Amino acid sequence: MDKNQIALSVENLHKSFGDIKVLNGISLTAHKGDVISVLGSSGSGKSTMLRCINFLELPNKGKISVCGEEILLKKNRNGENKPKDIKQVERIRSKLSMVFQQFNLWSHMTILENVIEAPIHVLKIPRAEAIEKAKYYLNKVGIKEKLDFYPTQLSGGQQQRAAIARALAVEPEVMLFDEPTSALDPELVGEVLQVMKDLAQEGRTMIVVTHEMGFARDVSSRVIFLDSGIIEEDGDPGFVFKSPKSQRFREFISLTE
Amino acid sequence: MDFSIIFSNLDIYFEGLKNTLLLVSTSLAIGLIFAIPLAVLRTSNNFFISGTIGVYVYCFRGTPLLIQMFIIYYGMGQFELIKNSFLWVFFKEAYFCALFAFSLNSCAYTIEIIRGAIKNTPHGEVEAAKAAGMSRLLRFRRIILPSAFRRALPSYSNEIIFMLQGSSLASVITIVDITGAARIVNSRFYSPYEAFLTAAIFYMAITFIILWLIKKLEFKWFAHLR
Repeated sequence: MDKNQIALSVENLHKSFGDIKVLNGISLTAHKGDVISVLGSSGSGKSTMLRCINFLELPNKGKISVCGEEILLKKNRNGENKPKDIKQVERIRSKLSMVFQQFNLWSHMTILENVIEAPIHVLKIPRAEAIEKAKYYLNKVGIKEKLDFYPTQLSGGQQQRAAIARALAVEPEVMLFDEPTSALDPELVGEVLQVMKDLAQEGRTMIVVTHEMGFARDVSSRVIFLDSGIIEEDGDPGFVFKSPKSQRFREFISLTE
Repeated sequence: MDFSIIFSNLDIYFEGLKNTLLLVSTSLAIGLIFAIPLAVLRTSNNFFISGTIGVYVYCFRGTPLLIQMFIIYYGMGQFELIKNSFLWVFFKEAYFCALFAFSLNSCAYTIEIIRGAIKNTPHGEVEAAKAAGMSRLLRFRRIILPSAFRRALPSYSNEIIFMLQGSSLASVITIVDITGAARIVNSRFYSPYEAFLTAAIFYMAITFIILWLIKKLEFKWFAHLR
């Protein structure tokens, strides 16, 4: 794996909801194998940033490229940004898989069906191959015995691990995690963090919006701190936690320790 | 009370049963087939499309089924244009008119049932489908509709039963359904009690079977909630 290859680049991202400016020019480059933790207090725009990357929210301004391919935009009648070609957005989304705070497993499908859904219907992988892959990833996240269960029959931690298996099954270029442990009972957080730690060590490219300071400090290769929609702090976790440059980040750390 | 009248005229009732079942199942099927795409379009952001469907639904939910059937059966013949066209072959038949009215009526109600279920799809599940790179069509086909059908089933089972009971109106325009059969027996023997009670038992039996089938379907479809 070429460590210097750029997996994701975000340039000058702006996003507002009505009059409220949420992102005020975010630029970020993720190389292959980077594990970037995105920290910030609630309302700092970190989830919005993640959701802009795969166009669940439309950025008002800015450029996003995945593996060197820029997502093309056009202006509609009201001067708002629109994807030029929704097919391109869909193709790029299939390279970026997302893990949500609320798991968002498809409740009418079994765990196995959840995991094979996108490989079969989006990536057009043969069913038998998709099932084999799904079993491999469900085994990896430690719930291979649950494959015929429905999401509601699982604990929160198991559901989130199933959602991670679903995200892995499309073999994405970049994995986006949107506060993956925030909806879990405290005793279930550990099992999900362990799975994420294993993925990080495998060299997967991950962008993780989180409140887990331990994960940010020990697992990620880079930490970003967002405040009022701009990147306040950016650097190696060993360095930024010891000697933060930003006053806001210093306050943030002292409040969470 | 003399039920020997009924037993000697059971063949009329079975003729009626056949017509009721045919009328109800065909109109439900036609209604459902058209209701699915129309319900999807009803959720569209295009005001013209969703509005047009909304007007159709409102017209058919806002008027009694009997009036709709009368307008189609008695009303169509008033227009020379229709009388002189090939359409008259169909509209002069009471059976076709009842089927036509029932299908349009059932379709309107079913659109509302499915639309409500689509709107209640968990937002996060739709987002997960988007994030997985599914196209709009694929999201509807694989995630939104299968999930919506499950939510719609209890209301739709009501629609099936309403349609069954409503189908008795067909007897007003000369069709021999179960009610029509009862009316024939009654007029022949002047025994309304026996004639209509027998019809009632037929309807109850069909309802029982419908409920049983829905229960089986619910068992299968709601596996994820057990």
